[in-house]
Amino acid sequence: MSVIELSHREPPGAARAAMMLQRAHWAAELFARYDIERVRRIVDAVAAAGEAHAERYAEWAVEETGMGVVEHKVLKNVACSRELWDRYRDHDYVSPRILADDKVLELPRPAGVIFALTPTTNPIATVYFKVLLALMTRNAIVVSPHPGAKAVCADAVRVLSDAAVAAGAPDGCIQVVEEPSIPLIEALMTDQTTDVIVATGGNAVVRAAYRSGNPAIGVGPGNVPAFVDATADIAAAARAIVDSKSFDNSILCTNESAIIVEEEVAEQLIRELGRAGAHVCTPEEVERVREHLFPDHRMRLDLIGKSATVLAEEAGLTVPATTRVLVAPFSLVVPEEPLAREKLLPVLGLVRVPNTRAGISAAQAMLRATGAGHSASIHSTRAQTIMEYGAAVKVLRVTVNVGNSLGSAGVLTNLAPTMTIGTGFYGRSSLGENLEPRHLVNWTRVAYNADRSVPFDEFGGMQPWRLETVPTAASSAAPADPAPATPATDVLREEVRRLILEELKELTRQ
Amino acid sequence: MYDYGFFSYESKEDMLERSRAFWNPDKTDFWQDAGIDLVIDRREGYLFWDMAGRRLIDLHLNGGTYNLGHRNPELIATLEQAMQHFDIGNHHFPALARTALAEALVKTASPNMRRVIYGSGGGEAIDIALKTARHTKQRRKIVSIIKSYHGHTGIAVGTGDERFSKLFLSDHPEEFVQVPFNDLNAMEDALRARDVAAVIMETIPATYGFPLPAPGYLQAVKRLCEEYDTLYIADEVQTGLMRTGEMWGISKAGVEPDIMVIGKGITGGMYPIACCVVSEECSAWLKEDGFGHISTGGGAELGCVVSLKVLEICGRPEVRSMVHYIAERFQQGLHQIQEIYPDWFVGIRQDGVVMGLEFNHPVGAKLVMKHLYAHGVWAIFSTLDPRILQFKPGILLGPELVDEILDRTEVAIGKAYAEARSGARAAVTA
Repeated sequence: MSVIELSHREPPGAARAAMMLQRAHWAAELFARYDIERVRRIVDAVAAAGEAHAERYAEWAVEETGMGVVEHKVLKNVACSRELWDRYRDHDYVSPRILADDKVLELPRPAGVIFALTPTTNPIATVYFKVLLALMTRNAIVVSPHPGAKAVCADAVRVLSDAAVAAGAPDGCIQVVEEPSIPLIEALMTDQTTDVIVATGGNAVVRAAYRSGNPAIGVGPGNVPAFVDATADIAAAARAIVDSKSFDNSILCTNESAIIVEEEVAEQLIRELGRAGAHVCTPEEVERVREHLFPDHRMRLDLIGKSATVLAEEAGLTVPATTRVLVAPFSLVVPEEPLAREKLLPVLGLVRVPNTRAGISAAQAMLRATGAGHSASIHSTRAQTIMEYGAAVKVLRVTVNVGNSLGSAGVLTNLAPTMTIGTGFYGRSSLGENLEPRHLVNWTRVAYNADRSVPFDEFGGMQPWRLETVPTAASSAAPADPAPATPATDVLREEVRRLILEELKELTRQ
Repeated sequence: MYDYGFFSYESKEDMLERSRAFWNPDKTDFWQDAGIDLVIDRREGYLFWDMAGRRLIDLHLNGGTYNLGHRNPELIATLEQAMQHFDIGNHHFPALARTALAEALVKTASPNMRRVIYGSGGGEAIDIALKTARHTKQRRKIVSIIKSYHGHTGIAVGTGDERFSKLFLSDHPEEFVQVPFNDLNAMEDALRARDVAAVIMETIPATYGFPLPAPGYLQAVKRLCEEYDTLYIADEVQTGLMRTGEMWGISKAGVEPDIMVIGKGITGGMYPIACCVVSEECSAWLKEDGFGHISTGGGAELGCVVSLKVLEICGRPEVRSMVHYIAERFQQGLHQIQEIYPDWFVGIRQDGVVMGLEFNHPVGAKLVMKHLYAHGVWAIFSTLDPRILQFKPGILLGPELVDEILDRTEVAIGKAYAEARSGARAAVTA
């Protein structure tokens, strides 16, 4: 116990962390001059390093956070390393673009220093994702992991950083805040050296990002309705929903929250859900689920990411060991109904509606409570319904006849693959799409006179940036024998003698 | 009216007049005559403001004292907290903060280092080093470098230019031998008689304008010291604390000194102390008569606490990385300026952020200094070689301020060149 009470005007570690931003700033300055070949070499190496450690970090993350499923995390880690890079390998956010017809030259300008907040639910996948996006766009990145996953994330960032620097990236372009705390994160978000905040996490941290005064890309919570109408392929819908809901024990913000099913097919769906590995609760069991898993109408935070069988045991239900999802029917979508809200555990609400119109209304009601701007899902074979549903629900992505957890994230659809779902104006975010590399780079547009008589210049083959040297921490230990910048010693000595006399006169003003 | 709360002045002129009357008339006038009418007022980071409100970027840093910036917030907080418990302490008793800092310093130094003796300033620490060497070798003679500077205290002054020793009738040429820098033959001649207690050298001589040691020079001097049984004292006052990109310049050079002297930046300009780190061999008097050197303010405990923080900051990996970026950017920027004025700006001496800019005129650096000052940068010429401008940026600079410094430097160098040429023409015409 210290005899001196160390009071801090700023949170512990803030000065050190501000120094990290400054170091990142230096790295970003240099990185912005890299060409596409150098950048590709670096991303190649980092994606490979990420994939190589996908399993180890999946295990570590589950162990450290107590959430999720190792094999699913492995899938996500690979999806956010090699597969992500495969998707963007041929994209170029680095080279100038020449729009000769428009007489515009476009030069990519990276944000600079990205301050990235990563969640405890998808710790490694999000770290991989944000680091790779930063590198593809020549940004430096400082990762602040959720305190609940800080050890595994810090280790992963170090591995990616080492791989990047070994492949020629500027020293310090990938760093991690090893001891994150809320006051420290707030200090870093408001630091003037932070060029953009990319916040994935709870609502509080996202709102703080927007309050910071710095540019921010923050995303809101999800609350995904899965509407199954009477025209759907019920068996396929049940399988897709159970697979999706059980994925990583439902800790993604894209996991379904509740099924809305037309009365006509409800019993059939319930049977198919059972076949697909869900346990559909009786009314008595639903009461026990409410009492034990949602006491006082709130989800128990200590159960986030636990498996369906653990949850069943917690609620005192007897279910088969193969159960992947607990389905809890309820009667009305209202704000105080916890089964109609986002649940980061494999409990799925189910509400019956008399017709399509009522189903769309129920989905709207769910999204009024929470999750606006995020995702919704529909299982239907009727195009008109799909379109009306899409136009009615206040979300920016609707997945069709596919599990939403991997559908909205761009794995099972052709949406941009992402770990950061933009919730747009509905969800109080500056980003309405899935976060992808192009959101982290601005373009300087060099525009010529539109008058046809004024010619455009030929920029083909020209490089806008010159990269003289690539400093690294290793090379900062310059050679032990610095090269002399002075002429031969003897000549120098003569010169010096002569000058000594002059300067002494000068200095003593004799 | 300039009211500073604790005191006030009617005007800047009034301040300068009172400075002449009550402080130092020659020094006050020297700067006015040199065109540097600076009275430093507010300070923050690598900036300070003249009394008249002019903003200046500090590239002098009082020889590295402000390595981490003026009034570094971490150091202010450290000192304020230390004051809740400590004062300067008592110089007779085993002391909490002195011991803690000594242990921390020994850990950063070369493996042969064992103990720390404290002074209140760099000069005193040099005196301690020289006294320690004399005790260890039981000889009086000290070898230093011509044009070197190690402080103005009683013994230290003898190692430097006689301008400062003769003034006070303190020159003892029989005890102090000086040899040219980078001249191994002269060094060997000075040591051959085996009557020398120690060779004292700045790792890169600051006041001489940072001439870089020739490849292998420092290591060869160390070998000569071993061969002729004399001690090597490394004066790391200006080259320590990451300024060369490593914690100590002498470690970067791969030399294990017998004594290492640290000052200035170790307390970040907050609460001055200086340190003399010694090997086991040089610790003898500390076992024979520990009261041999007493200094009330030496190793003041408030300063020790701040120093611990300075060492921690300098040891951060972020700092190492930044020093390299800063040095690299200056190297590129200065060479670009040199391409414009190849006949005027004739040399760049650089090791990390320790830099000397060489101009092709006997007092070229004084001209550049004047124009830099007029353009918002304070950098000082080398007292003992006024062709050379000491260019000493801090180790926590960001890219924007570095670019601003380079912009201002380019203009100032150009204007100084124009003045030197017109001066030359005027001389020819006359």
